[in-house]
Order: sequence, then structure tokens, then C-alpha cells
Amino acid sequence: MPTDVNSGLATLSDQLILATVLLYVLAMIGYALDLGFGRARAAAPARELVPAGVGVAGDAQTADAQTADAQTADAQTADARTGGAGTGSTGPGDGTRTPPAWAARAGTLAIALSCLGWATNLGAIITRGFAVGRWPWGNMYEFVVAICFAAVTAFLVMQARQPVRFLGAFVSVAAALGLGFAVRYLHVQAGPVVPALNSYWIAIHVTAAIFASGLFIVAGVSGILFLARKDGPSRLPGRDDLERVAHQAIVIAFPIWTFAVIAGALWADKAWGRYWGWDPKEVWAFITWIAYAAYLHARATAGWRGRAAVIVQLIAFGCLLFNLIGVNIFLSGLHSYAQVP
Amino acid sequence: MTFTQEVRADPVRPAGLGPVGWLRWAWRLLTSMRTALILLFLFALASVPGSIYPQRSISPEKVAQYFKDSPGAAKWLDRLGLFDVFTSPWFAATYLLLFLSLAGCVIPRAAAHLREVRRTPPAAPRNLSRLPQHASFEAPGATVEAIVAQLRKKRFRTVTGPGWVSAEKGYLRETGNLLFHVALLALLVAVGAGGLYGYRGNVLLVEGNGFANTVAAYDRYIPGQNVSAESLEPFSFTLSDFQATYVATGDRRGQPLDFSAKLMVTDRPGGRERPYDLRVNEPLDVNGTQTYLIGHGYAPSFKVLDGKGQVAFEGAVPCLTADQMTYTSECVIKVPDAVPDQLGFLVRFLPTTVPAQDGSYVSVFPGAANPTAQVFAFSGDLGMKSGQPQSVYQLDTKKLKPLVMGLNTKPLGVGETLPLPGGAGSIQLTGVREWISLQIAYDPGRIPALLAAGLSVLGLVLSLTVRRRRVWARVKEGEGATEVEVGGLTRTEGGPGFAEEFSQIVTALRGPEAGDAASRQGVKDAH
Ligand code: HEM
Repeated sequence: MPTDVNSGLATLSDQLILATVLLYVLAMIGYALDLGFGRARAAAPARELVPAGVGVAGDAQTADAQTADAQTADAQTADARTGGAGTGSTGPGDGTRTPPAWAARAGTLAIALSCLGWATNLGAIITRGFAVGRWPWGNMYEFVVAICFAAVTAFLVMQARQPVRFLGAFVSVAAALGLGFAVRYLHVQAGPVVPALNSYWIAIHVTAAIFASGLFIVAGVSGILFLARKDGPSRLPGRDDLERVAHQAIVIAFPIWTFAVIAGALWADKAWGRYWGWDPKEVWAFITWIAYAAYLHARATAGWRGRAAVIVQLIAFGCLLFNLIGVNIFLSGLHSYAQVP
Repeated sequence: MTFTQEVRADPVRPAGLGPVGWLRWAWRLLTSMRTALILLFLFALASVPGSIYPQRSISPEKVAQYFKDSPGAAKWLDRLGLFDVFTSPWFAATYLLLFLSLAGCVIPRAAAHLREVRRTPPAAPRNLSRLPQHASFEAPGATVEAIVAQLRKKRFRTVTGPGWVSAEKGYLRETGNLLFHVALLALLVAVGAGGLYGYRGNVLLVEGNGFANTVAAYDRYIPGQNVSAESLEPFSFTLSDFQATYVATGDRRGQPLDFSAKLMVTDRPGGRERPYDLRVNEPLDVNGTQTYLIGHGYAPSFKVLDGKGQVAFEGAVPCLTADQMTYTSECVIKVPDAVPDQLGFLVRFLPTTVPAQDGSYVSVFPGAANPTAQVFAFSGDLGMKSGQPQSVYQLDTKKLKPLVMGLNTKPLGVGETLPLPGGAGSIQLTGVREWISLQIAYDPGRIPALLAAGLSVLGLVLSLTVRRRRVWARVKEGEGATEVEVGGLTRTEGGPGFAEEFSQIVTALRGPEAGDAASRQGVKDAH
């Protein structure tokens, strides 16, 4: 195992992180302008029968684009109606005014900035990995950086498939704060890890946990927005849209999290001589898993919708955050060598 | 989803029913979805204290510390089982209830699903244009048979009637869901069986020494209820060498990089010896019994001569590591055979010794670059005849006479001898060896648990990604023209994917030649 650290690359990685924070903050401003001065939305945009040529086009890509078109058109119809009626929309971009064109442009620019930030974030992770010659998630700092990256990735991928730009401001804020926190409080110099972490399992187990966490963060942000959104017209999308986005993210994240827990058990079986030992990290991974399963059940079988389901989801999200951060700081166990300075 | 419909309403409490009625009522209550949800939450909640309070099974020394620090609270916590959460009766109770509830839910569902799979899709509704997905087009020569063929090609299950086709697909969703829940049951069984039929033990081994897998050889041995001493896998090994490497420079100086224990393993008595390099993530596996490297430390060797000049002690002494960063270690040597007085030693072992400012000596690195031993010698009655068990790592010096207090005297280097005052004898540091601590575990539930876990992920992915969807088509013969009407429905929420699939189906049904034929289509948003 390589012991020497390429300090040039390590420094580059640290600088890239600072650039990433800056880009996320700028992106956040762009999203916020779009959200604040752009179009307001109706409380529950009624879906119109949109005559779109779905079905004429055979190939999936066109159909997809058209579906997206249809949805945009849909949203516009709804907006136009709100605007016309002028029902007490709040904020500076009053619903009766047509939104300034620069607001939408700010939104587009924000997406571009996010992509750029995503790239520097990735660059920071890769350079850190090469600097130390191992997988770059061996301590809290590296782990948090990777989770912020995963959250932005999850957001950008979802955005590419359906319009969820409204989440941008909040995901960017979360990522920028997360990175800032990591740089300020968790940063440790690049270096090698203890022997137990020196295993290919780190690539499997931690990567899965990171991506599941990124998706859970997107879902958590939607859940918080759901609770924050008042009834009536708002700049935020309708509640059922928020709920749907959260559900979609969790449906993808849950199996990945399940896999991550199992991979962790496999690794523990190799490193510590038992696959499950109720170490605090294991306990909380398990609690998180149960809580998200309870959310899926509450929706699928008990038929809970709206507030109740969102609250279950946010409890699960709280467990996840506690496991990522709290357990390393407050509870000692085998996992606690994840180096908190 | 069909199963959603099967969710039972909360059973009304039976008034004046016999015991059978009560049992039935209890069973219904137990297997209702709401109970399952509550049990899931309880199960999660029940494991929380296990992460807050120290657990006997994980760190008994911390539990002992808790008892020392706050005996009053500890007594009560102990009564509530909070130091043994995962083996406590109330944890077992939630676990068992959840297990029963899961079984009670899954088994009837499996039967229902089997029936469901064999059933044919329902007949076409009268008005297809009311469905969320809908299209109609002119297709001269369209027949029910052609449509069925197309849908079958897309792996739909079909049923036909006069002028209509009904098709359904996506049964894998329920199959996956059932697979997931059954796999969870299997996982619980595998974990339980592993606990009953497996064992775990710890042993400390000094370089040059050997271990044979028998109950007597363990320092700590924890068998499951159904393990007999004879069933232990009869392998043995000796530790020929242990090596630890550390970061030598920079601000992480002293951080361990790699541990490697060279073993010579004999798989069964009389078998051939084979070398094995035991490392942290690479346990030794002998027919399912795993040996893990979980710790290491120093075992300096000493030679003690007593007052008569006879060798009263010779050998390696495993020391407890007092400081992980420098591996400063504390050792105890008891020499009951020394005459005229018994001798006892407390030794501070310093792997890399440097003199400190204040005249004392400290270790600055975990590797043995300049090993020395600081000796504190005592004489008198060690109290070993009293019959009370003593820890080999502790020496009670209260009743002993101090001979040498070596904190600020130059410590012993390898090969050096320290004469004891008053002709009580001498002690020599003869060499430095290392010890490793091993965990040896046999768990027959390991592989079944892994299989079950793998199946559960598979089932989960199917259950969450496959969607159940139905497609109907009706062929209407008009004057001179044939019109085909198609409708589609999915009962799974999710992304916009079904609209896309539906449009592909429609395209396929229209056939390649019908590219620009006049058609009327309407697509309602799936929400
Ligand atoms: C008492 C035990 C349980 C019962 C009675 C039960 C029952 C059910 C039922 C009836 C469904 C059907 C949902 C559908 O088909 O739409 C379901 C779905 C599901 N169950 Fe369970 N379950 C139990 C325990 C668990 C546990 C312990 C987990 C995992 C932690 C779990 C995870 C799931 C998941 C992920 C789904 C799929 C939800 C969806 O379709 O969105 N279940 N369960």
C-alpha cells in the first residue's frame, strides 16, 4: 500500500473543493432568482388534456422529449390561468405580471453552474484519490464531500429526466453547506488509512451508501419543501409533485441502501469476524433502513399520503443524517476510526 | 395492487367468543398491516439503546467501567437489560412478533399470488377512451389475432373475446415483493440458526507459539446452545512471524499501515502444513471456520534469576498496550518460584525509546526501533496460594516490598541485566516478540444469510421497478374502414414511463405501413 502522498494533487483537490463551493453558491443564487422572479405556480396545477403527438413517434427518445414538452406546456397552461385570475400570488414576481425574461435565463445559467460545480466536485474527489493512491472515502471529510457530490448528481440526473429545477436552490444550498462544513470542521490532510479500511469492499460498500444517501437527500429536501409549502399558489410546485419526486428518489435509493448494508455486512465478515455485531453504525444503518421501509409501507399498503407519509420520510431522513454524522461524533464503536479531527 | 385490497380492516373485538375466537382475533390483529408498521417502528426503536449504552457482547470492559462510575444507574440499566439489548427478552419479543406478523402476512399472500398468476386478465371495459392512456386509428385489415400476436411478442398475457383483446403484464412485481418478504424471513431464520449452531472464541498467541482448535485452548469461548465441544474443526497453526508497518514520517507518523501474521496451518491432525499470510481483511478459512486477526501487541521476553542464582522465570510476557500511538505497553511478571522471596515485576515496555526533557523515558513510535523495558520490582508474598483467581495482567503491590522503581533510571535494553538490590536476584530483557489476538468463529448461518440477503435485494428491485400494466384493444368494423381502439392502464405510480411504452405498443399495433395514416389520438396525463 502506498504511503507517500502526492501533496501537489492533494492541494489541487482542496482548491477544487473551494471552487465547487463557490459554484454551488452561485448556482443557488441563479435558482433562487428563477424561483423568486420566475413564474408562480398554481396550488394544484390541474392537468389538461394536451394534444401531443405521442404515439406517432416510434422511438423512445422523441417520445420522452415530447412527454417533457407536454408537461411544460401543461405547467404553462396552469400558470397562465393563475396569472390571468391573479389570485393572491405572493412575492416580488407577482402572479399578475409576466416574469422578466432574465429570471428564466438565471435558472438555465444555474443549471450550467451546477454542472460545472459537479465537475469540479468530481475533480476534487479524483485528485484526492490519486494523491493518496486509494479510494477517496476513508474519513469523514472525504465521505461528506462524496455525499454532496452524490446529492448533486441525483438532482442533475432527475432534472435531465423531468423538470425538477425548483429543487435546485435547496439541493445547492445543502451541498454548499455540507462542503463548507466539511472544509471547516472535518478536513484532514490527505493520507493513508488504517488496515481495516484498506479493502476493495470500501469501493463497494461506501460507494453504494454514498449514492443512496445522495438520493435520500434529494427526497429529504422535497419532504421539507412539502411541509414548508403553504396551500394556495406558490412559487414552489404543487404538493403532490413534491411528494412524487421524493417517492421516486426513495424507490431508487432504498434497494441501493439495502445493498450497501449487505455489502457492509460482507465486509464486516471479512474484517471483524462477524457479519453483524450491532456496532452503533450498524444499529443506525438498520434503523434507517427500517424507517424507509416503514415509509414505503405506509404509502403502498396503509395508503398514507401527504403529510403523514412525509413525516415518516423525514424521520427516516433524520436517522440517516444521524448515522452519517452523529454516530461518528457521539457514539464510539468500530466504525469510529473514520477520523473526525 | 391486488394485495392492497387485501389489507384487512382492524378486526372488531369479538364479544363473547370462545378461546378459538380470541385466538383468531389476536392472529388477525397481529398480521394486520398497521400492526406490522408499528412492529417495524418498535423494532427500530428497540435497537436504539443498544447504540447508546455499552454492550456486554461488544465491550464488556466499558460495561464494567459504567458499573464503577455510576453503580446505582448501572444496576437499573442492567435490570432492564440495557447492557444486553440484543439478547434481552423484550428485544426477542419484538423480533418474534415481527417474525410472526411477517409470516402471517406473507404465506397467505403467496397463495393468493399463485391464484392471481393463473387468472386471466379481465375483459375490456366498454369505453376505452376513458382510460388514462388511449389511442385509436384506422387500420384496414386489422384482426384480433394480429393484435394478440403483437402483444404476445411484447410478452403480454392475453385473453380475447368477440372483437376485443385484453392483455396484462408485470406479474413479476408481486413475485418480487413476495420474494423479498420471504427472503427476509429466511434471513431471520439463518441468523437465528447461526447463533444456535455456531461458536466464537478469542485467543492470544505469541510469536513462535501454536494454537489447536479445542475448547481448552481459548482464552474466551462463547458457544451457541447447540454446539458440542467435539464438533470444533480440528485444525491447528503456529505463528511464525508477525509484522506491523507504520507511517514513519509526517503528521500521521505512527499510524498503522499493514499487519501481517505468517501462520503455518495444519488443516487436520496429521495433515500437511501450509503457510498462510493472515491479514486484517483476509481471514483464514478452514472448512467454514474463520480465523481473524483482530489485535496485536508486544511480548518482550525476560529471564529472572532468584536470590539463589537459579532461573526462576524465562519466557515471553504478553503486555497490554497502554497507548495506541506509541505502543507503550504494560506488563506484569509474577515469579512465584523465586526463593527466598517471591518476586513480582511491573514493566513498562517502550518500543522506540527516547529520553524526555524531564529525565524520564518515553516511546515515540509504535514500531520496535529501540525497545527498552523500565522495571519496577517487588518482593514478598504474591498471594497466589489464597486460591483467589488473579488476572495475569495485574499485580497487587500493596503488600509487597518495592525493590526497584525505574521511572527515571535508564531502562533495560535488549540483552541488558538489572541486578536486584539486596541479592534478591536479577532480571534480564532477553528479546522482543509480538503477540496477536485472534477471533475464531464458526457460523453455519453465514452463507444462507448471504443468499437470503441477495435474494431480498433481487426481490426488492423487481418489486420496486416492475410495473403492472394492462392494455386493451377493440377492433371496430365500420363502413369500409376498420378502426382499432387501444386503451392502457397502470396501477403503479411512478415516472412517465408507461406513456412511452404505450405509444410504442400503439406504433407496433399500427404496423410499419401506417406511418402517416390519419389518426386521432388522445393522451391523458397519467396522473
Ligand atoms: C410484518 C411484516 C411485514 C408485512 C406484513 C409486510 C407486508 C407488505 C405488503 C402487504 C406489501 C405490499 C405492497 C404492494 O404490493 O404494494 C409490502 C410491500 C413492501 N414491504 Fe413489507 N411487510 C412486512 C415487513 C417488511 C419489512 C421488515 C420490510 C423491510 C424492511 C418490508 C419492505 C417492503 C417493501 C420495500 C415493500 C414494497 C413497497 C412498494 O411497493 O412500494 N416489509 N409489505
